[in-house]
Amino acid sequence: MTGEKTTEPLWWGLFSAGGVVAAFLVPIQIIIFGFALPLGWISDSGMLYRNWLVKIYLFVLIALPLYHWAHRFYFALNDMKLGLPRKPLAALCYGGAVVVTVVTLWVLSSL
Amino acid sequence: MSGTRPDPSKLYHREVPATWWLKKKSYFFFMLRELSSVFIAIFLLVYLYQIYQLTQGPEAYVAFSRRLSSPGWILFNLIALLFALYHSITWFQSSAIVLPLRVGERELPRNLFVALNVVALVVISLIILVLFLTLKG
Repeated sequence: MTGEKTTEPLWWGLFSAGGVVAAFLVPIQIIIFGFALPLGWISDSGMLYRNWLVKIYLFVLIALPLYHWAHRFYFALNDMKLGLPRKPLAALCYGGAVVVTVVTLWVLSSL
Repeated sequence: MSGTRPDPSKLYHREVPATWWLKKKSYFFFMLRELSSVFIAIFLLVYLYQIYQLTQGPEAYVAFSRRLSSPGWILFNLIALLFALYHSITWFQSSAIVLPLRVGERELPRNLFVALNVVALVVISLIILVLFLTLKG
């Protein structure tokens, strides 16, 4: 129990920061990359991804909301009373967010 | 708090069916809010994959973006956008309760707090759009 207690504020902090990032940055991101670019309203060759400030922005944009997802998904599944085992579920959710964080770092640094 | 924990097998456990959240409107909207994070996460994973395409060259990036114009992806992104906006509004509403803004002695009314956050959302969105349009090649 003590181990869980010490890391809880970290996960909650990431959840909270991810919630703010998702609330303010994700809608316009969906409008640009889900509609404007695919439908050809605007074009983009991908040059801006070489900019380091853009990379930092993208890292924050992609990584933080995943911790938000992990937290919500884990607790929602628990609340749904599906009888899923708690610890493997937590490892899958939070571990998944950590894995994607590493992948995001790798993708952004290899551009 | 106390040194000894009760034996879990002796505790009273009320059975809760897995469909409890369908029984009441507010429970359902609670689950909808939790579900918004799933759609946001999927959108971000797809976007990350699109950025990854750049490592194969700009043509792959543009080609992948064009593939997202299929009706299925447009529908997905429409649902994701609605969920994302639902997340924004519910996030502002809970922030109004968790982090109330004080002006002098008085607390800012919650509706005004949410409205100010919506204004901030619009302003930030416009800034990102303008920055994207100026920086893109």
